[in-house]
Amino acid sequence: MGDGSNLLVIIALLPFIGALVPGWMIRAGRNACATFTAVPTVLALVMLGILAPDVMRGEVIQARFEWLPQLGLSASFFLDGLGLLFAGMILGVGLLIILYARFYLSGDDPMGQFYTYLLLFQGAMLGIVLSDNILLLLVFWELTSLSSFLLIGYWKHLPEGRQGARMALAVTGSGGLAMIGGMLILGNIVGSYDLTDILASGDLIKSSEWYLPALILILLGAFTKSAQFPFHFWLPHAMAAPTPVSAYLHSATMVKAGVFLMARMWPALAGTEAWFYIVATVGLITMVLGAVIALFKDDLKALLAFSTVSHLGLLTMLLGFGTTAAAVAAVFHIINHLTFKAALFMTAGIVDHEAHTRDIKRLGGLAKLMPITATIGTIAALSMAGIPLFNGFLSKEMMLEEASHTYWFENPWIVPALATLGALFSVAYSLRFIFHTFGGPVRDDYPHKPHDPPFGMYAAPALLVVLVVAIGVMPFLADNLVAVAASAVAGEALHPHLKIWHGVTPALFMSFAAIGGGIVLLLIHRPLDRVWIAAPRPEAKAIFDKLLALLVGATRWITEVTHNRSITRYLAIFTVASVALGYAAWTGGGMSAPSREMLPVPPLVGLGFVLLIVGAASVVLFHRNRFRALVVLSIIGLMVSAGFVYLSAPDLALTQISVETVTIMLLLLALHFIPKETPRETRVGKKIADGVVALVAGTGVGALAYAFMRRDVDTISGFHLDNSYAGGGGNNVVNVILVDFRGYDTYGEIIVLGIAGLIIYALMQALLGGPAGRKLRNTDFTRDLSRDRHPLMMVVATRVMMPIAVMVGIYIFLRGHNYPGGGFVAGLVIAIALLMQYMASGFAWTQSRQRIQYHAMIGFGVVIAGLTGAGSWLAGKPFLTSAFGYFEFPPIEEFELATAALFDLGVFLTVLGAVMLMLFSLSRIARYAGQSVNLEPMDYDPADRVKPLEGGKE
Amino acid sequence: MTHWIIAPVILPALLAPIIGYVMRYDILIARIASIVGTIGLVAIAAGLFASAAPGETFVYRLGNWPAPFGIVLVLDRLSALMVMLTSVLALIVLVHAVATNWDQKGLHFHALFQFQLMGISGAFLTGDVFNLFVFFEVLLIASYGLMIHSGGRERMRAGLQYVIMNLAGSTLFLFALGTLYASTGTLNIADLAVRLREIPVEDAAIVRVAAMLLMIVFAVKAALFPVQFWLPGTYANAPAPVAALFAIMTKVGAYAIIRVHTIVFGPDIPATGDMAGLWLFAAAIVTVGIGAFGVLGARRLMPLIAFSVLGSMGTLMLAISAFTPGATTAALYYLVHSTFAAAALFLIADLVVTRRPGDTLTTLPATVQNGLFAALFFGAAIGMAGMPPLSGFLGKLFVLDNLRDPAEIGWAWTAILVGSLFTIVGFARAGSALFWKSTAFVLPENVISEDEEKEEVPITRDPAKAWEVAPTMAAIGMLAALSIFAGPAARYFELTADQLFDRNAYVSAVLENPDGLKPYPDDHHGEEDAAYDEDAAEHDDDGSAKDGGH
Repeated sequence: MGDGSNLLVIIALLPFIGALVPGWMIRAGRNACATFTAVPTVLALVMLGILAPDVMRGEVIQARFEWLPQLGLSASFFLDGLGLLFAGMILGVGLLIILYARFYLSGDDPMGQFYTYLLLFQGAMLGIVLSDNILLLLVFWELTSLSSFLLIGYWKHLPEGRQGARMALAVTGSGGLAMIGGMLILGNIVGSYDLTDILASGDLIKSSEWYLPALILILLGAFTKSAQFPFHFWLPHAMAAPTPVSAYLHSATMVKAGVFLMARMWPALAGTEAWFYIVATVGLITMVLGAVIALFKDDLKALLAFSTVSHLGLLTMLLGFGTTAAAVAAVFHIINHLTFKAALFMTAGIVDHEAHTRDIKRLGGLAKLMPITATIGTIAALSMAGIPLFNGFLSKEMMLEEASHTYWFENPWIVPALATLGALFSVAYSLRFIFHTFGGPVRDDYPHKPHDPPFGMYAAPALLVVLVVAIGVMPFLADNLVAVAASAVAGEALHPHLKIWHGVTPALFMSFAAIGGGIVLLLIHRPLDRVWIAAPRPEAKAIFDKLLALLVGATRWITEVTHNRSITRYLAIFTVASVALGYAAWTGGGMSAPSREMLPVPPLVGLGFVLLIVGAASVVLFHRNRFRALVVLSIIGLMVSAGFVYLSAPDLALTQISVETVTIMLLLLALHFIPKETPRETRVGKKIADGVVALVAGTGVGALAYAFMRRDVDTISGFHLDNSYAGGGGNNVVNVILVDFRGYDTYGEIIVLGIAGLIIYALMQALLGGPAGRKLRNTDFTRDLSRDRHPLMMVVATRVMMPIAVMVGIYIFLRGHNYPGGGFVAGLVIAIALLMQYMASGFAWTQSRQRIQYHAMIGFGVVIAGLTGAGSWLAGKPFLTSAFGYFEFPPIEEFELATAALFDLGVFLTVLGAVMLMLFSLSRIARYAGQSVNLEPMDYDPADRVKPLEGGKE
Repeated sequence: MTHWIIAPVILPALLAPIIGYVMRYDILIARIASIVGTIGLVAIAAGLFASAAPGETFVYRLGNWPAPFGIVLVLDRLSALMVMLTSVLALIVLVHAVATNWDQKGLHFHALFQFQLMGISGAFLTGDVFNLFVFFEVLLIASYGLMIHSGGRERMRAGLQYVIMNLAGSTLFLFALGTLYASTGTLNIADLAVRLREIPVEDAAIVRVAAMLLMIVFAVKAALFPVQFWLPGTYANAPAPVAALFAIMTKVGAYAIIRVHTIVFGPDIPATGDMAGLWLFAAAIVTVGIGAFGVLGARRLMPLIAFSVLGSMGTLMLAISAFTPGATTAALYYLVHSTFAAAALFLIADLVVTRRPGDTLTTLPATVQNGLFAALFFGAAIGMAGMPPLSGFLGKLFVLDNLRDPAEIGWAWTAILVGSLFTIVGFARAGSALFWKSTAFVLPENVISEDEEKEEVPITRDPAKAWEVAPTMAAIGMLAALSIFAGPAARYFELTADQLFDRNAYVSAVLENPDGLKPYPDDHHGEEDAAYDEDAAEHDDDGSAKDGGH
């Protein structure tokens, strides 16, 4: 890459780097801020000037960096004639706007923010015109939408500003999204996202079956950005922005982006019937419609906005014609429109700034009060009207000339006639701008006494009107620039010669007709205006707002109806989906014949099966009564345990039955504090539906289980049987699986228990501090209380059982590795023993006799298990690698010591701690609910046979 | 090197109980331990990331048992990436939680946080589907604790729904695993891949059901239609830093689908074919729509963000559903992006919402630092909505570019592009109401005081300190970095996808046990078949017994 490439990249980056500055420089004052904002623009302009001679010679300067090559996105830039023209416009007008805004913005406006947004926008625009990769172009394209959103909404306290910004974002943003689709299709057709490649593959693109979708999607992007009918409505509302923004966005930059894109893509997309009928037609309609509406706008900026719409339509139409002459005219008009429209916006801004109103009906006579402004405005407006000797005339003549020989569905009249009509209205609103603002007598009811602004404010528009006149009188000045830009558009070398006099052509007559008609229109403006105001016409903003409100309402309704927070419905949907998708999956494959015989069903097993079903059905029937449901639930648990016993799985049976016991006991304790009956919440119809869902799901699961239980499969479990003793040091394969083969799973599961303990504790804290705690405190539980809370028999019995139970627990723990048992079950057994002490004598009494905290117990359990696992690192083995050995301890016989036992100890402690913590939480609730704390082991001590109880309380 | 693979699980697993049970009375040491631990996790993750980058697949055989009989951890580019992502996100979120004092609003925040990290890391590293279930349990229970951290009526209610839906998912997970084991006889992912290849489609009905049920389970985690219902309520009511951390939780589901349904049930496997892709595609389309509708129709800020997360999951899943290396590359890019985008949004929302009475999108007086918050929100929102210059735009283009199948293009592109539009408009409306409209709004003095009294949650009036803003900026910075360095990032994702689709390399890395391991009985197909079958039933039941145990 040469120097030119480097410069090009720097040009593209400068505004973004520069955007970091104003936010800080504003602290040094407004002038410093404006100056430092101008610096990157000036620098970029100078560099562009350095590159310009090469480009004017027809060279294309390129720079390329890979960005996301997997996608085909590269940060590649190129500068050709079209790019040069636009880049010059963006930077040049940008500079003028920076100057103008310095004087326009008031002291209350955050200027640093303004300049930051402005530079961001400038950078985005510059990026669009310099991109050599359509994905990169899309990046900048969306950036203009975003930065213009910020600029239009700059006066965020004004509702018009906010709404205008949102509307602009919605419309141009949606166009941008459509364009993403179009560009991706285009890249797909060509096989590259590089613009250079795409522009060279015009024929390939146009013959592709994807051409039309790509064209329509890309044009949607261009039309929304360039405010073409029917998307034109956002542009006038964007006028709520400060005038410098309007002048920048709507003369030189943002709205021209769509036109630029059509020009850029011209070699690739133009020249087909579809292109002509879509682009030219839309352009023509927009041109006429914009011009007509502009005539009846009283707000100066609105008038200019619609005139911009109209001129954009004109440009679109020219590009739509698809001829090189039309392309030349379009390029020339882009330059001319820029000069006069930017000057006009700034003039309108000056008028607004000085007279404090932009309403034409409240203005008039300003020529005498602010002559400099009036001169500038008049020259610019005359150019807009297309009056000879101003540059607007030249390009409009060229446009009319092209229109005069364009056939629309073989009709030779319609295009020229409508083009003339558009020109006619254009003359009318331009003249209205001049005469109704500056002409007429001086009034004495301006909101503020107007006078010419300081030089800094009118310098920018003045410079622009100098160009207006210069080009208007000496069009050959623009020859080279137009030639090189138009050549870039057309993709071939063009050498147009711009001149004032083309001879007596149809265009000349059309021009005269337009000027004459325009004057007439202005003269009868007053009655026309009355008719216009009285006539019903669609108000775009109202429609847009209504549509959006409708959309928001609809989406809100859908969201809130579907996400109605009904967990039963969510679960029903989940279940139905699982069954349906499972079935769908099932039907996609076949099944081999069953390879296992059905086993006979002994009567006892049949009875268990019936009990299970009866139990399940009873829970459904009795679930309203919580106590009864809990009792029936325990039947199911027992049957499952019995099933395990029957199927020779003693470990599982032991685990299941102890889990069952602990769970039911805890639930019974908890039941005390919740209502004994559940409320009726569901209607009968819904119940039936839910019942059907449940039955179908149950049948599905049953069928699935039946299917796989009848078929053999080769599993990995043989290894576990073979290696349990040799490798794991235990005869009980289930236990070796739990603590060794898959000890890591167990480690995870005890952590789940540990977490549950933490959560219960934290939850209790949060609940008791909140409304639930207050409710608990104020609920009267006394009538449910037993008169003898800690009965003698129970206290004595549990005391006697305690040592036995602990012994059993230790035994189960120790034998676990070789026989059914293990840490998990042992933890539960001892937990049950302790639980019974608590039930018999109350929590506080028991608590005061226990030394180790269950919090610590859980923590120790988890840490011991973890450290046991990590211990194998010391031996250079992976986590949880077990080691075991057999030792002789004199009084006892040979004894096995295994690291797995230590791990199991962790499991034991965690289980025990978690159960105890749950119990502790329940007792906290009890104390919160007003239960007294007992200090004695039992309520009635036979040794102390004197005192009767008083009302069940100690 | 070897033992480091398990470090992302063991470090938080040892730290959490110590924080929870030893340091529970002092928030300062808990904070220090938690932050230092998370920094350690980032360092470990970075080390693993660097080790995995050259492309080797590391296998860690727990208990020194040979695969597929014991549990293995597998470190490849994908799991290293996910752990790295988790740890970085966790550090950002943790700093936010500490800086804004969220961690003090309830008990055990740091212990649960570390347990959560353990669960997520474990799920990403495991090479065994049953072990994946275990870690799903760990992260579910920990996330439930975090979700209801500091309590409150709405939060408890939403938390209950969250845990019930996910427990239903866990139950289905067990069904799926039972079915899978009963039809393949193994639970190791590599071994499953081998066995699945051998099952002809004529005999595949049962294993297809297993594949589908597993997909639904993962879809519950990833919040795909029709099992996405839990997400909006959960994310909208969770403490904001927790919601930000949850950005990685949905990715666990997405990761599981990428891992399992590529290696085990890939589209080239005759037994399952393109079943997963087809259903995922349809579900993802609807999810994108639900997300977009929810964003546009939202009344409150937190649900709005939650729905935008939902939409992003839809987009992500569209890319995944193609099951091609190219689309997976795009999916991984989008996955990383959407994680940080969601986190950034929740973090900035937290800064704003705690300074205002509630998160309704009605006009209220501007908060302090309105400009700063507006800028951060703007950044996070364009990230999520997929606008340049942040990574969302590139991610969206990347995904779109890879969904070129003519049969899918219409649905997928329309869904993503129209969804983007809804999201953009929704965020613009919300931002305008929160940050622009508020500047013109002055509430009479007496009304303010009344409002304050009504609020349960105290409103902060203090400006956010640098510490409080830094995490949000870091999250947005991640999006910017992912955009600027899109090339190198995508290169890594591309290599990751290639490695993922190189099934044989994965299988041989896992199943070729080194010499000196406890013996692999070559003859285990022999005469003891009957005994194995009995044990199969037992082993299977063992899973459910464990489940009943907690």
